Amino acid sequence: MSTLASTDATIADFAAAVGETEPVAVRGGGTRWRLGGALTGSARIVEAPKGIVDYQPAEMIVTVRAGTSTADLHRALAEHGQTCALPERGGTVGGAVVVGENRLDRMGRGSVRDAVLQVRYVSADGEVVTGGGPVVKNVTGFNIPKLMTGSLGTLGLLAEVVLRTNPAPPVQRWLRAESVDPRDLRDIVLRPGAVLWDGTSSWILVEGHAPDVDAEIERLAARADITTAAGPPELPPHRWRLSPSDASQADRVVEGEFVASIGVGTVWATTAQPVREPDPVAAQIADRMKHLFDPTGRLNPGRSTWT
Amino acid sequence: MSWFRRPSRPADPLLAELADALAPDRVRNDGAQRSLTSHDASVFDGGVSGPVCFPTTTEEVQAIMRIAERHGRAVVPRGAGTGLAGGAIPLGAPVVVCTGKMNNVIQIDLENRIAWVEPGVINLDLSKQLRPKGFHFAPDPSSQQVCTLGGNVANNSGGPHCLAYGVTDAHVLALEVVLPDGQVARLGGLEDEPDGLDLRGAFVGSEGTLGIATKIAVRLTPNPPAVRTMLLSFSSVRDAAQTVSDVIAAGVVPAALEVMDQRMVTAIEAYVGAGYPTDAAAVLLAEVEGLEAGVDIDVAHIERIGRANHATDVRLAGSDAERAALWKGRKTAFGAVAQIAPDYYLHDTVVPRAKLADVLEQVYEIVDRHDVLVLNVFHAGDGNLHPLLVFDAREEGTLERVHAAGAEILRASLEAGGVLSGEHGIGVEKQQYMEELFTAADLDHQNRLRQAFDPACRANPGKVLPMGHSCADIQALRAVPTGVWG
Ligand SMILES: Cc1cc2nc3c(=O)[nH]c(=O)nc-3n(C[C@H](O)[C@H](O)[C@H](O)COP(=O)(O)OP(=O)(O)OC[C@H]3O[C@@H](n4cnc5c(N)ncnc54)[C@H](O)[C@@H]3O)c2cc1C
Repeated sequence: MSTLASTDATIADFAAAVGETEPVAVRGGGTRWRLGGALTGSARIVEAPKGIVDYQPAEMIVTVRAGTSTADLHRALAEHGQTCALPERGGTVGGAVVVGENRLDRMGRGSVRDAVLQVRYVSADGEVVTGGGPVVKNVTGFNIPKLMTGSLGTLGLLAEVVLRTNPAPPVQRWLRAESVDPRDLRDIVLRPGAVLWDGTSSWILVEGHAPDVDAEIERLAARADITTAAGPPELPPHRWRLSPSDASQADRVVEGEFVASIGVGTVWATTAQPVREPDPVAAQIADRMKHLFDPTGRLNPGRSTWT
Repeated sequence: MSWFRRPSRPADPLLAELADALAPDRVRNDGAQRSLTSHDASVFDGGVSGPVCFPTTTEEVQAIMRIAERHGRAVVPRGAGTGLAGGAIPLGAPVVVCTGKMNNVIQIDLENRIAWVEPGVINLDLSKQLRPKGFHFAPDPSSQQVCTLGGNVANNSGGPHCLAYGVTDAHVLALEVVLPDGQVARLGGLEDEPDGLDLRGAFVGSEGTLGIATKIAVRLTPNPPAVRTMLLSFSSVRDAAQTVSDVIAAGVVPAALEVMDQRMVTAIEAYVGAGYPTDAAAVLLAEVEGLEAGVDIDVAHIERIGRANHATDVRLAGSDAERAALWKGRKTAFGAVAQIAPDYYLHDTVVPRAKLADVLEQVYEIVDRHDVLVLNVFHAGDGNLHPLLVFDAREEGTLERVHAAGAEILRASLEAGGVLSGEHGIGVEKQQYMEELFTAADLDHQNRLRQAFDPACRANPGKVLPMGHSCADIQALRAVPTGVWG
């Protein structure tokens, strides 16, 4: 199903807008605009092209321009009973990829990193560069898509991506559980979509074929007080990045109120996570990478992936 | 020097420094060892090995890197040498670093569902240690009895069960890496979204060109409570391939979908007798796993799709023994091939799944034209083709025909919208084809990624990128003094 043609012309227009000199920044939905630091100087603001270029449900891949809203993407996928790893919280596809934050139901839908099969971006010298390939398995050359995912647009400005899609589970059910160690919930259910814990109550997303979901719920009921929930609890604004074992002690590790993603490690809290020291040698590699990809520092100036 | 004496300190300064840093018996420079390390499992010649080191610790790997740098030598990491693209073949007499003695499982951490391992741990050994604890390491290359996790990381290896679970990359959380300048970097982390650029993701699949992985944190996958293994037979390869695309299109995500053609099945049956039907044009080995009810729903779904595509027989393994027999056939496919001809060349391309049947037809046509024999056994669910050309290299002109057919198979895959490699990598095998898939700017950016880790291009030079796109590699190769080119 091809809804847009002449993708190259559109990307060439975007490359022309980015140009070859002077600071430039891409604005997507603005939902994560301040991540990685405020823009410095007087960067020209450009917008990435929009639209779904090619969607092949049977192939489980979709080619989509970076400026497309994630809502539009998810709507198109849902028409074919599919979904993907990008979060659905507003903003653009390109923004979601360069921010690289995973969905709440990451255990079920996979990570953004693993979903990005191919990237096309405009480089600091205004060239269109392609990395990766439009197939689900690929080790042809160096892994540019991994480098771009989570890069906050500091290495290149995304124009288009090819994403892996997944079938939406036939049944999904949110449950709330009391008086149980949330880690046990994760061990009882084979492949939960998510297990959340706020220090008192737990929430679990059970998914799969209907009879399996019923059986899992029965197993849960034997071990904990469970009730049906309308959805996940409300998430506090700050994102903490922890190991799964630290997240399951969030009551000791995290200041203030929190919701911890058990088995994943991400914690949403009312306070911000203290700044972590990067590994010094990894930081050197990252600095060299930035310098090699953007020698004059014109792409999203002021942003850094070490926050 | 007689063989039973402890080796004494060598006169050559490079060898002497290496021996001081490790131990004399863990630095080898004899002809037998160097000849062994000049090859891997690929058909490529031209490797010239320098001294071969067997470090046991990260510090020793650092020392090797620094000594090699001082002597202007490149360094090539080496696991079990089962790579099929020539990734471990040493070019220009570099120092070869064998990880075989770094083979400890350092820690199994069930709370985080990870294990920290050293790079020389054998893939299957890890899963064997994990099984009684209810877990396994999901990537299961057919070479898993011998290949190392360091090699898996470097090649981003796959296996039959990577269809549902993803290839190695999805199962590596963090790495300790010794860079070519001898510094140690920690890449990634146990967090779901570690800070900074995803340098871990850049390292996985980099074929030994960014440094040496000395510790690896791998994800543990829980063993599924229910598994069903089926064998579907078809009277045409096209029907089998179509079944695969239709299963994927229906939203079923089996754990594995492997196709074998008649010639492959016949070879397997002659070799181990797995109980495959030799009169079928192709068989499809399908496995689903998960919970009891769901696997039965999936089995019924796959059977329906198979029958709609004219499956002549659909068999469900009734016991663990039957399951094991079905898998034994698939897993011994390469051993079986050795019975047919002395040499084989295993190709590895990926095409969109809907194009599988078309490209396979082209493969048969191409090999016929070049008078080469092909057997097919492949990870159909991912669109990952593995045409296996068998031949006798001693016959005049055969190798040329095999290479000519191989080149056409690659081009047919690219024309179908595919890529050069799904799991074996580029190594020295496919460098010259990179320009057919990527522009000069694309390759230039890949080279930048490489240089951020290895500015002097000292780690495994002469691999992956075509020479014109990695000029520093040429310098690294030229830096070798004449006389060591063997
Ligand atoms: C019969 C057979 C079947 C196979 N089946 C499969 C299959 O199903 N799927 C699949 O994906 N592959 C398969 N392979 C290919 C091969 O087994 C894999 O690529 C494997 O991961 C290589 O591991 P190794 O230890 O042998 O690495 P080697 O061949 O020794 O090295 C491979 C590459 O990794 C680098 N390297 C090794 N260790 C390190 C380290 N610690 N740090 C950095 N770089 C390192 C080397 O420099 C080289 O570039 C098969 C090979 C054979 C012979």
